[in-house]
Amino acid sequence: MIRIENLSKGFTLYNQGGAVIQVMAGACLTVNPGECVGLVGQSGAGKSTLMRMVYGNYLAAGGSILVGELEVTRAEPRQIIALRRQTLGYVSQFLRVVPRVPTLEVVAEPLLQLGLQVPEARARAADLLARLNIPERLWSLSPTTFSGGEQQRVNIARGFAHPYPALLLDEPTASLDATNRAVVLALIEEAKARGAAILGIFHDEGARAQVCDRLVDVTAFTLGAAA
Amino acid sequence: MSIVQRMAPDTPLLQVDGLTKRYGARIGCADVSFDLWPGEVLGIVGESGSGKSTLLSCLAGHQPTDAGRIRFDGRDVLAMSETERRRLARTDWAYVHQNPRDGLRMGVSAGGNVGERLMAVGARNYGDIRGKALDWLGRVEIAADRIDDRPRAFSGGMQQRLQIARNLVTGPRLVFMDEPTGGLDVSVQARLLDLLRGLVRDLGLSVIIVTHDLAVVRLLADRLMVMKSGRVVEQGLTDQVLDDPQHAYTQLLVSSVLQV
Repeated sequence: MIRIENLSKGFTLYNQGGAVIQVMAGACLTVNPGECVGLVGQSGAGKSTLMRMVYGNYLAAGGSILVGELEVTRAEPRQIIALRRQTLGYVSQFLRVVPRVPTLEVVAEPLLQLGLQVPEARARAADLLARLNIPERLWSLSPTTFSGGEQQRVNIARGFAHPYPALLLDEPTASLDATNRAVVLALIEEAKARGAAILGIFHDEGARAQVCDRLVDVTAFTLGAAA
Repeated sequence: MSIVQRMAPDTPLLQVDGLTKRYGARIGCADVSFDLWPGEVLGIVGESGSGKSTLLSCLAGHQPTDAGRIRFDGRDVLAMSETERRRLARTDWAYVHQNPRDGLRMGVSAGGNVGERLMAVGARNYGDIRGKALDWLGRVEIAADRIDDRPRAFSGGMQQRLQIARNLVTGPRLVFMDEPTGGLDVSVQARLLDLLRGLVRDLGLSVIIVTHDLAVVRLLADRLMVMKSGRVVEQGLTDQVLDDPQHAYTQLLVSSVLQV
């Protein structure tokens, strides 16, 4: 479902004397349907960078990223938009929303984008929020005022609202208590069971051991190691 | 789960090729090319004087262009007669001004402002017009009992929402917006942004929005075009351009935003 070959990445910082920072070369990995692959490597090794390239958020310098049928590195913006709507979900570490939009709407939005009717989308959103233990009295409020853990759970509910065939998870269990951590891990297991291909970053070793089928150390893709 | 897939049509709604506008020796905008697809929101950013507003007004036919081609739904806009272009501006297109006073008739009631657009495209039945005006006031969250008030009695945010209702009542396919959240308080901006997102999604509108506010385009635009000195220096997926800018000027623009 996700196939990365010989991927490389560098940043040119024009406003800092044109410094060029090469961060990745020769990255290869595959995620099959129903499989969860964990990215490991120390902080700054390029785990999030790799994930952002898969999502089309960072441009690749070279190499190939196939998600389903789409070659992400050469795709038009509208192809990436369609991919994100239908195929590729992403739970980032931070929630970014329009202020004042109620939590229920935030979670239902990806479904409305897909053309689902409002009652159906809201019902699905409500199920997930309830499952993630967000009290119902908060659903009509904007998540911008919520605690870090609550925002993270809203973000997860939004990411799991549509059954994407491929999912990117950036620290989905960070800042969660034991109960909610278990809920999130169960959601991941269910997504795998229905055939989703998942690429994730988990600092939580217990979570990693429970849901990951394989680990890929991105340190092997950094320039020092490749040379 | 039953999902009605919204299939993206295979032809762009607007095709712009080599658009150039000069003011004497000075460049307004030069060699601008892009395609806009149905349902897509394109943001245009850049500092004051970068040519973004010039570009918008040339696209909307508010001023003549010196070179280039604009095709709307396959038709050559610049080759149209004035009558044809006016008809297009009244039916398929809409233009939301930064200052609601430029887009509203301040001496006419709220209902009249919305109804006037309908009458311009041939509506004659008073009951229908008033009914449709009421429906649109509701959609932009203006209470029904304000229908007979003049926009002068409205707050800035309400005036802007009324301008949007007036523009969208005729069911346009392409909406031009010039700094639509410009003169508004942040709290009012947020409400307007949410409203615009809902309308774009529900009506499948294509939008070209000019702004200097990067936070606005991040929340509203699918694609982003960055202009400097009348030229497009970078364009792409909005979050990609903002998070991984490739051009020196875009990097400067993005890194200059104050963090709240």
